[in-house]
Amino acid sequence: MINAYLRADGRKGIRNTLVVAYLVECAHHVSREIYYPFRESGVHLIGFPGCFPNVYSHKMMERLCTHPNVGGALLVSLGCEGFNKGKLQETIRKSGRPVKLIEIQGTGGTRKTIAEGKTWIEQTLKQLEDTPRAPMNIDELIVGTICGGSDATSGLTANPAMGRAFDFLVEKDATCIFEETGELIGMEHWMAKRAENPVLGEEIVKTVAKAAKYYATYGHASIGPGNADGGLTTIEEKSLGAYAKSGQSVISGIIKPGDVPIKGGLYLLDVVPDGEPLFGFPNISDNAEIAELMACGSHLSLFSTGRGSVVGSAIAPVIKVCANPATFKRMSDDMDVDAGRILEGRATLDEVGREIYDLILRVANGEQTKSEELGHQEFILTYKSFEPIGPACFPSAA
Amino acid sequence: MAENNDPRVLILAPGDNVAIAKSDIPAGTALTIMGQAVKLQKKEEVGHKFAFKAVKKGETIVKYGAPIGIATADIAPGESMHIHNVTSDYIPTYTLDEGHQFFKEGH
Repeated sequence: MINAYLRADGRKGIRNTLVVAYLVECAHHVSREIYYPFRESGVHLIGFPGCFPNVYSHKMMERLCTHPNVGGALLVSLGCEGFNKGKLQETIRKSGRPVKLIEIQGTGGTRKTIAEGKTWIEQTLKQLEDTPRAPMNIDELIVGTICGGSDATSGLTANPAMGRAFDFLVEKDATCIFEETGELIGMEHWMAKRAENPVLGEEIVKTVAKAAKYYATYGHASIGPGNADGGLTTIEEKSLGAYAKSGQSVISGIIKPGDVPIKGGLYLLDVVPDGEPLFGFPNISDNAEIAELMACGSHLSLFSTGRGSVVGSAIAPVIKVCANPATFKRMSDDMDVDAGRILEGRATLDEVGREIYDLILRVANGEQTKSEELGHQEFILTYKSFEPIGPACFPSAA
Repeated sequence: MAENNDPRVLILAPGDNVAIAKSDIPAGTALTIMGQAVKLQKKEEVGHKFAFKAVKKGETIVKYGAPIGIATADIAPGESMHIHNVTSDYIPTYTLDEGHQFFKEGH
């Protein structure tokens, strides 16, 4: 049982954070100055840099500012940007969370806005101390998975071990989300066989074909130079390793960023935009994917790495599972789980899978992950566009 | 079928034509994999792949029991299998070769 924070809208969080959100890059510095003194008091910085409105980024900001781990939001606007700040403020207000919108131009510039923002943060942090607690079952937990800085060990140790942890969670009716269809290229027909029904299976194949087309347009696959230095040769090989994160459970549906599954099970998050490729690479870096997992309700993320990523995230804790024994020795301060023990013959996949599962429950109950202890709160959000998911993608909702 | 009994090496699925180093293995190491005597042509780092039987140019490379690409050259037993002799069936792999070359040229 998890001792959760109960929000006014009924959702349950595993952290009690307050976000400062800039609504255009021009408000980023002011937002950072407001947030910085409180960064170890549960205040996190998120934002959207673009000046032009975009349906996807608006939805992302709404979902993130009303995420179950978030208890309130300070929105910082320059004043003239295109973001629909009134609508965002209204959505947060309706969720029962404290919210304040400050416009830098109307407030009288940098200094006055920082002062006003800090005052509100101080008051609201006190208010958040009284957030009611409630018991939360495992079947209310949403967990995302991602890999970053992968090498040839990722698909041998950390990813399949995280897959085991996912299987243990799905058995308990928790919601598990895997993503990055660009790193599932080559796996589509195998994945389709795991779909809850054949119609969903066809949608999975189409989703991966869309990703392959998108990446081909931009000239290379989702496989970076570090992946190749680490022994990964082709996107198919990387995909096989990445695919192992999903475990063995039945795939219950496809979701898109901002869709929160209504019941437990394993879901594929389609992160590649619809329509003609417009906005560059679908995910410009790992934290863009974590932001999307959070927008789908993930309370925490499992992050496997072989080369050695150090990132965490704003809003939701990140559990770092290290695949490569040499990387673990070099960077153990950043790693929560040493999955390279599997290669060294010191642990089995099942043992490490169980260890990850147990750690998820402890982190959900407040234990700090390594990236949280180190103050990692990376966040990035850029432009995309999506069509809503069709009924075939989400058979459970029917 | 012969089995892989060498503890330094992984064969992930029956039918695979790649062997995987479980830890760094020095160049020149003699191994016996699936009944084949193999001598490593270069050092293999943890997780890296090499051939344990001859693979012809154009042949499918199989790992985890699944195709991961096509051989772009004949590959001899004990030879590394990587971007220099294996290519994707989908989208080519981008590497930092240009960048490495830039530094080699003494910039």
